[in-house]
Amino acid sequence: MAANSFRPRVLTALAGLLALSFGSLADSRIEVCTSRFWFNYRHVANTLSVYRSVKRLGIPDSHIVLMLADDMACNARNPKPATVFSHKNMELNVYGDDVEVDYRSYEVTVENFLRVLTGRVPPGTPRSKRLLSDDRSNILIYMTGHGGNGFLKFQDSEEITNIELADAFEQMWQKRRYNELLFIIDTCQGASMYERFYSPNIMALASSQVGEDSLSHQPDPAIGVHLMDRYTFYVLEFLEEINPASQTNMNDLFQVCPKSLCVSTPGHRTDLFQRDPKNVLITDFFGSVRKVEITTETISLQPDLGIMESSNKEDQIDEERMEPLKYAEQLPVAQIIHQKPKLKDWHPPGGFILGLWALIIMVFFKTYGIKHMKFIF
Amino acid sequence: MGLLSDPVRRRALARLVLRLNAPLCVLSYVAGIAWFLALAFPPLTQRTYMSENAMGSTMVEEQFAGGDRARGFARDFAAHRRKSGALPVAWLERTMRSVGLEVYTQSFSRKLPFPDETHERYMVSGTNVYGILRAPRAASTESLVLTVPCGPDSTNSQAVGLLLALAAHFRGQIYWAKDIIFLVTEHDLLGTEAWLEAYHDVNVTGMQSSPLQGRAGAIQAAVALELSSDVVTSLDVAVEGLNGQLPNLDLLNLFQTFCQKGGLLCTLQGKLQAQDWTSIDGPLQGLQTLLLMVLQQASGRPHGPHGLFLRYRVEALTLRGINSFRQYKYDLVAVGKALEGVFRKLNHLLERLHQSFFFYLLPALSRFVSIGLYMPAAGFLLLVLGHALELWMQLHEAGVGPEEAGGASGPSPLPPQAQGIGLASLVAPLLISQAMGLALYVLPVLGQHVATQHFPVAEAEAVVLTLLAIYAAGLALPHNTHWVVSTQASDRGWMALKLVALIYLALQLACITLTNFSLGFLLAATMVPAAALTKPSGPRPLYGTLLVLTSPAATLLGSLFLWRELQEAPLSLAEGWQLFLAALAQGVLEHHTYGALLFPLLALGLYPCWLLFWNVLFWK
Repeated sequence: MAANSFRPRVLTALAGLLALSFGSLADSRIEVCTSRFWFNYRHVANTLSVYRSVKRLGIPDSHIVLMLADDMACNARNPKPATVFSHKNMELNVYGDDVEVDYRSYEVTVENFLRVLTGRVPPGTPRSKRLLSDDRSNILIYMTGHGGNGFLKFQDSEEITNIELADAFEQMWQKRRYNELLFIIDTCQGASMYERFYSPNIMALASSQVGEDSLSHQPDPAIGVHLMDRYTFYVLEFLEEINPASQTNMNDLFQVCPKSLCVSTPGHRTDLFQRDPKNVLITDFFGSVRKVEITTETISLQPDLGIMESSNKEDQIDEERMEPLKYAEQLPVAQIIHQKPKLKDWHPPGGFILGLWALIIMVFFKTYGIKHMKFIF
Repeated sequence: MGLLSDPVRRRALARLVLRLNAPLCVLSYVAGIAWFLALAFPPLTQRTYMSENAMGSTMVEEQFAGGDRARGFARDFAAHRRKSGALPVAWLERTMRSVGLEVYTQSFSRKLPFPDETHERYMVSGTNVYGILRAPRAASTESLVLTVPCGPDSTNSQAVGLLLALAAHFRGQIYWAKDIIFLVTEHDLLGTEAWLEAYHDVNVTGMQSSPLQGRAGAIQAAVALELSSDVVTSLDVAVEGLNGQLPNLDLLNLFQTFCQKGGLLCTLQGKLQAQDWTSIDGPLQGLQTLLLMVLQQASGRPHGPHGLFLRYRVEALTLRGINSFRQYKYDLVAVGKALEGVFRKLNHLLERLHQSFFFYLLPALSRFVSIGLYMPAAGFLLLVLGHALELWMQLHEAGVGPEEAGGASGPSPLPPQAQGIGLASLVAPLLISQAMGLALYVLPVLGQHVATQHFPVAEAEAVVLTLLAIYAAGLALPHNTHWVVSTQASDRGWMALKLVALIYLALQLACITLTNFSLGFLLAATMVPAAALTKPSGPRPLYGTLLVLTSPAATLLGSLFLWRELQEAPLSLAEGWQLFLAALAQGVLEHHTYGALLFPLLALGLYPCWLLFWNVLFWK
C-alpha cells in the first residue's frame, strides 16, 4: 500500500516539474570577432571578454557559438603565447584554459554567420557549430571589428550590411528561432547597424553613433598593441560585478561608458522590444538562471479504476494533512554572497488605507450633511 | 575644314605660334626653375606620417641593455682584424654561433675593369659572413636584414659589436615572426652585391660568388649600420640608392619616430633639422637639404649598402653614426634601442611596405614632397622643347611657299627634292654622333692597356684621360664631317636637324625624369636653354660657350662644386678638377661593378644629342 501510494505521488511530482517554463533552457549566445591581423588584437580580446563573462554567469559552451577571425594567442608575434590580455600590465587573461572556439580563422565569413543565425547549415555540421534555439530562447549577439556607416567588415575582404542583418533577424523571427534578442556591437559607427531592424523583440546596443569612431582603450608597452576597445572595456567592468542572482536591469547597461569615458556616444534601441528595459534583467541575456516553479497540480497517469479509487481517497486524506511543497532555493546566493537585501518600496498596510478613506468620507458627510450621500451612491 | 587642314587657318595658327613661342618658352623655363625652388616651402611640402596600419601607433618598451657586450665584441673584432688584415672570418663564425645564430659564409671574387684608386683595389676577393636567427614559431617565409659593411678603409668595428650584441638580445625573445639575417660583408658594397646576387639567384654584374647555403625567405626590409666610434653625437640616415631609387617613405618615417622617441639626434644629408618652419629660415635650410638630395640622387651612386638592396625591391636604409664635437653623446645602448624598436615594428608587418610613397624628395626628415607636386617642375622645363613646334611650322612655311609658286607652272620637282635632301642630310650627323657616343662608352675601358703602353700613366688615369680626349674630339666634329653633308645646305637643313635633335632630347629627358627625377631635372635645367637657343646665325662664340658650359661633362663638374658648396666644404679649382677626374673614374667603375646607369646614359644618350646641337651650331 505504501508503495502503491508512493509511486503515483512521485510521478505526479515529476509531472509537476516537467510542466514548468521551458524557456531558459535554450538560451544561446553568439559572439563574433571579424578582424584578422595582429594589430586587431583588441577585437579578439573584446570578444573573449564577453565570452568569459557569459560563461561565468552560467551559459555552457554548448550554447555559445564563438567565432574568432584570427588566432592572437598563438600568433608568432605574441610575446606571451597562449594568452590574450584585456588589461595592461597583463592583469586579466581572457583566453583562459577552456576556451572553445567554434568558428575559427577563415571560417568566419558572412555566409557562415548568416547560416548560423538562420539555421541553414549543411547537413554534416557538428552541433557545436549550430545555433540550437527555439521560440523560447533568449539570444545575445555580440559583434566587434571594423565597421562603417551601414556595414561591418569581415576578414578584410567582405562586408555585412545592416539590411542583411535585419533580414536575417526577420528570418529568425519567422522561423521562431528566438524569443528575445539582444544585439551588441562595438565598431566605428556601430549605431548604423541596428537602424534597419524591423523584427519584434530585438534590443540593440552600439558603442558609437553614425559619424563617430569607437576608440581603443590602452596600449600595452610589452605586447605592443592596443588591448581592448573602450566600450567593451567598460562593459566588461560592468559585467564583472554581475552574479547570477543580480537584479540589475538593462537601463544600467545603457548607462555604461558615457561620453566622458568612451569619447564616442553609445546608443541603444528598444522600440522593437515588448518589455520595458527596466524590467529586463541582465541575467536574462547574459546568464543562465533557471526559475523553478513548484506546482501542486496532479495528473492521473494510471487508468486502473480500482487502484485509482483507493489512491484518490488516500490522497485526499493525505493532502489535507500535507504541508505545501517547498524546495530549497536553487541558488542560495544570500548565503554564499553576503549581499545587502534590496530595499523594497514600503507600502502602508491595506487596512490603514481603508480606515483613512472611511475617515475622510465620514468627515465629508459630517460637514456637508448625510443627505448628500444619495447623490454619491 | 578642320583647323589643321585648312591652309588659311593653319597659316594664321602658324603665325600665332611663331609670335608667342619665344616668350612662352622663357616663361615656361622660369616657371620650372621657380617651381623647383618653391618645393621646400610649406604648401608644396607636407609633414610625414605613417601610412602602414600594421606598424601602428603603439610603441613598445625597448629592453636592449647590451652596451658593454657590444663594446667587448667591437674590441675583439678590431684586434682580430688588425692581426689578420682582412675580415676575421673564423672569429666571426665562432662568435655568431655562440650567440645562437645559424652561421654561413660566402666567398666572392671580382676583377675590376681597371684599378680603383679611391679604394685601392683591383682583383677583389673576400668572404661574407652571415648568421640567421630563425623565428621561433613561424615558418621562414619572410626575413629582415641587419647588415654591416666592412671595408679596408672603414673598419666599422663598433657596428659589428652592436650587431652581435643585438643578435644575442634578439635570440632571447620569442616574438619574432620573421627570420632575421645578420650580415657582415667584406669590401663594402662589393660584398653586399655578391651576397644579394647569390641570395636572389641572379647575376647582373659579373661577380663570381659561391652559392649561399642558408636562406631565409623573402627579405621585407634591411637596415645597414656604419659606426666607427663608441659614442655618437648623431645618426645620419642615407636614403638615395642605385640609379636614384628610394626606399618606401614609411621606413624613413619609422626610423624618425624612434629618433623622436629615444631623443636621438638624427640628421639627413649631414644637416640638422630646421626647427622653425613658420619663418623663412626653416624652408631655406630645407632647400639646401633638398638640393643636396637632388644632387645625390642624380649621381645614381649607391650611397651605402641600402642602395644595392633597393634594386631587389627590398626597402633599406643606411644609418651612419657621426661623432662630432657636440657635447651630448649617445652610447651604443641608445643606438641599439632604436634599432630594436625599428626591428620590432618591422616584425609586425604583414605585407611588403607599399602604403607610402616610393618617389619623393626630402627637405627635412619630417617633411617630404610627393611626386605629384614636384613633377610639374620638370614638366615646365620640358615644355620649352616645344620650341620644336616653331621649327616645324617654319619648315612647313618654307615648304609651302615654293609649292604655291611652282604649282602654277605645273608639277614641280622642287618640293620632293627639297624634302629628300632634308632627310638625307639628317642621317649622317645622327649616325656620326651616335658613333662618337659609342666610342665614348666602349673605348676608354677597352683601350686602357694600349694607352698605358704608350703613355706613362696608370690604368685609371688612362681611362679618364681617354674619356676626356674622346669628348673633346667630338667638339671638332663639324669641321671634319662637313664633307659628308650635302653642300646644298639651306636653312632647312639645320632646322630639320635641330628639330630632330630637340625631339631626341625631349624623349630622353622625359624618360630619365620618370625614373630619376633629379637627374632629369638637372640635365633639363642646364641643357634645355642652350639647346633651344642654338642656331648657326647670330653670335656664334656666345652660343658656343653656352653649349659647352651646358654639356653633360660641364654639368657634372658644376654639380660637384655645388655639392661641396652646400656641404659647407667648398673646393678650390684644382681640388675640384681632381674630384672631377675621380668622379669620372668612379662613374665608369660603378657602371661595371654595380650596373649604375649614369655613365651609359650620358655617353650613349645625351652626349650624341649634345653633339647634334654642336653640329647645328656649326652648320655653315
